Amino acid sequence: MRSTTLSRRDLLKAGGALVVSFMIPGAAQTALGQAGGAAGGKPPLLPDELDSWIAVLPDGRVRAFFGKMDMGQGVDVAIGQIVAEELDVAFDRVTVVMGDTAFTCNQGGASGSTGVQRGGVTLRLAAAEARRLLLKRASDKLGVPVDQLTVRDGVVSAAADPQRRVSYGELIGGQHFQHKLEWNKQYGNPLLAKGQAKPKDPGQYTIVGRSIPQRVIADKAYGKLQYVTDVKVEGMLHARVIRPPSAGCGPVAVDAASIAGIPGARVVREKDLVAVVAEREWDAVRAARALKVTWAPPCHPFPPMETLYDHIRQAKGIGSQVPVNKGDVDAALKTAHRVIEAEYEWPMQSHASMGPACAVADVRADGARLWTGSQKPHYGRNGVARIAGLPPEKVRATWIPGPGSYGRNDAGDAALDAALLSKLTGKPVRVQYMRHEGTGWDPKGPAGVFRGRAGLDAQGNVVAYEFFGKGFTRQDVATTENDPKDTLAGQLTGYTPKPTILFQVPAEAYDFANKRCGWECIAPLLDKASPLRTGHLRDPLGAETHFASESFIDEIALAGGGDPVAFRLQYVKDPRHAAVITAAAEKAGWTARINPRRGKGNVMVGRGFSYTERNGTIVAVVAEVEVDRRTGRVWAKRFTVAHDCGLVINPKGLELTIEGNVVQAISRTLFEEVRFDRDQVLSVDWASYPILEIQDAPERIDVVLINRPDVAASGAGEPSTRTVPAAIANAIFDATGMRMRRVPITPERMKAALARA
Amino acid sequence: MTQRIRLVVDGKTAEVDADPAMPLLYALRADVGLDNPKFGCGLAQCGACTVHVDGRPTRSCVTPVGAVKGRKITTLAGLGTPEKPHALQAAWVAEQVPQCGYCTSGWIMTAAALLRNTPKPSDKQIRQALAGLKCRCGTHMAILRAVKRAAGTTA
Repeated sequence: MRSTTLSRRDLLKAGGALVVSFMIPGAAQTALGQAGGAAGGKPPLLPDELDSWIAVLPDGRVRAFFGKMDMGQGVDVAIGQIVAEELDVAFDRVTVVMGDTAFTCNQGGASGSTGVQRGGVTLRLAAAEARRLLLKRASDKLGVPVDQLTVRDGVVSAAADPQRRVSYGELIGGQHFQHKLEWNKQYGNPLLAKGQAKPKDPGQYTIVGRSIPQRVIADKAYGKLQYVTDVKVEGMLHARVIRPPSAGCGPVAVDAASIAGIPGARVVREKDLVAVVAEREWDAVRAARALKVTWAPPCHPFPPMETLYDHIRQAKGIGSQVPVNKGDVDAALKTAHRVIEAEYEWPMQSHASMGPACAVADVRADGARLWTGSQKPHYGRNGVARIAGLPPEKVRATWIPGPGSYGRNDAGDAALDAALLSKLTGKPVRVQYMRHEGTGWDPKGPAGVFRGRAGLDAQGNVVAYEFFGKGFTRQDVATTENDPKDTLAGQLTGYTPKPTILFQVPAEAYDFANKRCGWECIAPLLDKASPLRTGHLRDPLGAETHFASESFIDEIALAGGGDPVAFRLQYVKDPRHAAVITAAAEKAGWTARINPRRGKGNVMVGRGFSYTERNGTIVAVVAEVEVDRRTGRVWAKRFTVAHDCGLVINPKGLELTIEGNVVQAISRTLFEEVRFDRDQVLSVDWASYPILEIQDAPERIDVVLINRPDVAASGAGEPSTRTVPAAIANAIFDATGMRMRRVPITPERMKAALARA
Repeated sequence: MTQRIRLVVDGKTAEVDADPAMPLLYALRADVGLDNPKFGCGLAQCGACTVHVDGRPTRSCVTPVGAVKGRKITTLAGLGTPEKPHALQAAWVAEQVPQCGYCTSGWIMTAAALLRNTPKPSDKQIRQALAGLKCRCGTHMAILRAVKRAAGTTA
């Protein structure tokens, strides 16, 4: 059984056994789970120590310490497979420890679909190095040269005499390697550490490539998994924060007497941050509802929502780039036979995680603890340290699965709210947001306007291609809560935000002779503590940009009299990219077409194609939709996804990850839009921010995995998100002849478009 | 006004001292010590807090604890165990449904009631019965497969 109630004293002991047992079942039995400095001489937790990555227990089980973590797709299973493979131990004997700053180096947390792509590289190299050292020890012990040894499930034996054998547990179990690695001196995603060992050739793999299931799923199905919302600490107060009814307005007066009747409830305030705390959670909830606060008058920071896209078009740029500029686009456009232009619009979207964020913090004068569902606990530690006025090494952050996470959602804000409130009350504090904060006040995926322009010759060939995105940066707040300025707690208490100006151009391999792609960012609508501040939402700007770019490719192809698949293959020369396009088309039984079907009945059927790349992962999608003329409902009914992310580690896990991408992307394409008025976000729950429900889930999703063992594994957590929106829009065009250039494609918008047809 | 309220949860009796207007969810989590029903919205819009009350799927986040005195409450953890799984729980594992898994109570508890009343539901009946539940991770395809597997209607 795992303990849910942990005593505060135990929690504050660095590396305390109780905490270890909370996160790592069985680890309390051994010193190996403990932080640096323990007797027995575990080296300090630094990336250039092999012991920071791999430990062998006395019974031969292996522990791998992973500085990223799994958000539900099973990255930890893939990492376990990689480590088991390199070490030649059975998968079941490997435990992957994630997300605790006491046991793992900062590999960047969950970030950018790099769990395997980057995080897995160091784990692979460390495991290979551990195997090399173990074989050397075995060679000395058995008196057999290394090249005459074999390893089977952690037992080394002489090839010529299998009776001469020694296990990993006997060789090093319970001790440390005390072995240095070469480290590139970087933390976060770029961290790379390696030894001298050469990892296995993929041709030898027996564990990598298998569909090993996620063990944690049973804990979820039987209601046993502990989430961050379930952490309880002795003496803990429950807190709720009070956000202003109008964005940008601070509190003028707080009437503490308004909650006097609620047992133990009291107000905690620091500058513009107002919160209530109580010993019982329900009392905190009631107090938050009852508290009377006088707020500064509304300052109308937002434009009328219906003018958002005009605002973006007209707003002064604050930064721009033209990352792709090949040939002479302007000259080619002048001489083109025909010029095609189109504009596309994508709204603000919310993470709207399944549950609003929660965090527990215990800030004391001499140290602090944080339990967080954030994707980046190592950075959360730094943020808490700054709030608490402590050096980061005095803070321990522990990631515990949260209520869903696809980027920089509200978890980072909850972490620093909890830390600040713990500091102010002198008690451990648990903050959980209410639904209206989870949806209304999380960082948003940015809105943008995207313009495509293409010149065609008389035969329909592309002589010039231009694509330009303009919108809000993807990072009003950083990807992490490393600095309080990037959190609501910080921004409400005097830290000045500083957005990073960053946008995106399409990622594809169209070989147009004259090609220019660029972007421009505009200023945020409200510069501080804004419910419309932007932050990374799954595949940041990927869905937005490629909805537009791949819709536009479809428009160009059809305008020039080309089939959308044949057109793409005409311009995509890279054989790997072309193979993915071909695989999707073949699997779906794509038939060439130039003109839309424009169904005559009440239910119109169409198919659309889309293809994209993301950091080395190539995806092509065929979507089949039904559009109901009477209701305007679009049912994204069937999908075929061809997916090439290099070496496939776990096929079933990968398929399920792709399915999740597709369904969430359908939701974002057809249903999701953050609504607001001049003063506030109006999308505050599932009624005002609808997402896909099961009646709108597809009938079928077929996934074609293209396994390339010779190519290093790239990411899969996000790449197929960006491919889906245009595939749907292109299918709608095929079904109806109407080009839907604004997301979400709601029944109302679809009906209005059909009425214009 | 605090009252002593007797609850029967997962076959065990528990007495809680609580305001009868407090939602059952808070009593289960804070007083009974059962964490598996989750707070998702507090508005009966998502299903993460779903339990059975006398066999009926009920959103515990909007059900006053005073309204379920002495009634039979079953949570996901009481529906089945790894040793004695409910068919849906076994199917959830077999189909590898969860991403974050925070929504699980809503889907399994609602589907369990469906299968009790309609042991061999069609795809359409499943979708109708599970309408209104949320899964932000987009595991709906696996959910449909798992319900069909539990019903024995998959090929």
